[in-house]
Amino acid sequence: MATIDLAITPLRALNENLHALSNGTNDTEWDVLNPEGRHAVAVGLDAPVTVHVHGPVGYYCAGMNKQASVIVHGSAGPGTAENMMSGRVVVKGDASQYAGATGRGGLLVIEGNASSRCGISMKGIDILVRGNIGHMSAFMAQSGNLVVLGDAGDALGDSIYEARLFVRGTVKSLGADCIEKEMRPEHHALLADLLEKAGVTDVETRAFRRYGSARKLYNFDIDNADAY
Amino acid sequence: MTYHNPPTTPRKSSVFDDYTLSEIRRAAETGIYDIRGAGAKRKVPHFDDLLFLGASMSRYPLEGYRERCSTEVVLGTRYAKTPIRLKIPITIAGMSFGSLSAQAKEALGRGANMAGTSTTTGDGGMTPEERGHSKTLVYQYLPSRYGMNPDDLRKADAIEIVVGQGAKPGGGGMLLGQKISDRVAEMRTLPKGIDQRSACRHPDWTGPDDLEIKILELREITDWEKPIYIKIGGSRPYYDVALAVKAGADVVVVDGMQGGTAATQEVFIEHVGQPTLACIRPAVQALQDLGMHRKVQLIVSGGIRNGADAAKALALGADAVSIGTAALVALGDNDPALEAEYRKLNTTAGAYDDWHEGRDPAGITTQDGALAERLDPVRAGRRLANYLKVMTLELQTIARAAGHNHVHNLEPEDLCALTIEAAAMARVPLAGTSWIPGTSKF
Repeated sequence: MATIDLAITPLRALNENLHALSNGTNDTEWDVLNPEGRHAVAVGLDAPVTVHVHGPVGYYCAGMNKQASVIVHGSAGPGTAENMMSGRVVVKGDASQYAGATGRGGLLVIEGNASSRCGISMKGIDILVRGNIGHMSAFMAQSGNLVVLGDAGDALGDSIYEARLFVRGTVKSLGADCIEKEMRPEHHALLADLLEKAGVTDVETRAFRRYGSARKLYNFDIDNADAY
Repeated sequence: MTYHNPPTTPRKSSVFDDYTLSEIRRAAETGIYDIRGAGAKRKVPHFDDLLFLGASMSRYPLEGYRERCSTEVVLGTRYAKTPIRLKIPITIAGMSFGSLSAQAKEALGRGANMAGTSTTTGDGGMTPEERGHSKTLVYQYLPSRYGMNPDDLRKADAIEIVVGQGAKPGGGGMLLGQKISDRVAEMRTLPKGIDQRSACRHPDWTGPDDLEIKILELREITDWEKPIYIKIGGSRPYYDVALAVKAGADVVVVDGMQGGTAATQEVFIEHVGQPTLACIRPAVQALQDLGMHRKVQLIVSGGIRNGADAAKALALGADAVSIGTAALVALGDNDPALEAEYRKLNTTAGAYDDWHEGRDPAGITTQDGALAERLDPVRAGRRLANYLKVMTLELQTIARAAGHNHVHNLEPEDLCALTIEAAAMARVPLAGTSWIPGTSKF
């Protein structure tokens, strides 16, 4: 296992080393020590490796990740795993704003709470939050799945497109064009699969409610002007 | 005695003119604001309100076509390992695949390559055709993040973070359902046929301090190789340029209100933002006050039409200019040869701006396969190259006449203004005087 101590080694060297890895690399396990809230830790990875970050990170940790597994043993700042393409990112603590923003693929698991705008403009990523999520989460969410085991804040799914939202707790309010939808068998199956992938074994899919787009704002209509 | 009162001539209001009346009727009938492409059409102070003084006794001109007048420009010298080196200081502005046909994007790349300059992607991502046909390609990083892909970031030669656009500072894109083909829908991860309103602000940062960290992330992902441009709409250029520099920009792009757009509200195009001419000196002032003029390069766009416009922008302190609408015209947009077809669309050549409807007879602003096939990318690319080269010759001609052996040596002292407004905006003397409104006495 390779170990990089960010108290000694510059961030640039860490990312440079991780970017140099290819699909066939033998250096598949990495430990990063003393991140101390640094921004842009382990960003732009594109190899099937596992990176353990021991401590809290700042903005954009694991941003635009492809293939890699990045596990943050601490809390994460804004924009964690933004625009992730594939792979897996796990935050053992809480995550700040915009977690998984614009993500296009892969799985983001937040074991604590997520702040506002979790999954904003998501485009195919799967996000699972064990705790609560803040206001305006899944704003303009296009595609993918957001699973919340706790509660959701105000304006969930505002102006949502085709993403699916599953919430076990309460929803403070729904945003424009977001409605509760029926949980059909295929949704239970999808949710069960997501829970399993995230390693969640202590909850039932029937405890969740599903939310999605009413599709009334997909094409402009002056009679919906108060919703725009 | 009886007096005969002749009838007075019917008189229309200058406030409620024919255009205004028609717009009120259209709004009442359709229930939607007018959406169109192109840029501002109203007359505002522009480069035509400036003149070059040329050299006589107190300045010594260079010999036209014999004494060298260089046009090279290097963009991104502040932090990037690999700055952009262009033969000419005229670049092609960001225009998306989706808004434009694949043929048009290819033609832009071909033309830019021949002229030795760069093209820019747009909202919707990078297509293989575009990368393949553009030797130097700037990848736009937009609020919508449609098609955003780290592989494409790494394939780009520079990254342009779009914060604002001159046609609509504070507004997002509007690609309406008519133009959402299967391919465009797939690239944007949205259903076919729905109106795609791009976000007006970035989803994962909310101010210049955040942007500084965002730029760090982009640099880390691309190993600090590529210049980072920041594009802003011309609304508060002094403060916005200063903050862009603070955030770490290698290059700042200031897009004035005459800048084009694929589609947005007419009311936005004509009523939000400042004229390009008014944006340049405050932008340059910000760079100078920070000691960053020529270290962070400034690109000016918005209604640039010819070598004179480019020369004036450079004289006021820009390092390069960027063209969008003019490039489309060079490809064949609004060509009078298509007048009969424009008539069928209830418009005329030169006024066609319903680019969002996707029915462009020139095959440029469309996703209709049959219409797009009309545009020959090789021929259109040649036309663009010709136009860019003519612009460059015009720019050099003016620079030589002012006594300069590099177009970057043009300076405000080479200019005077025809109107008080232009003199005040460009901070050059009113013609025939030494008066710069706001800075000196008559």
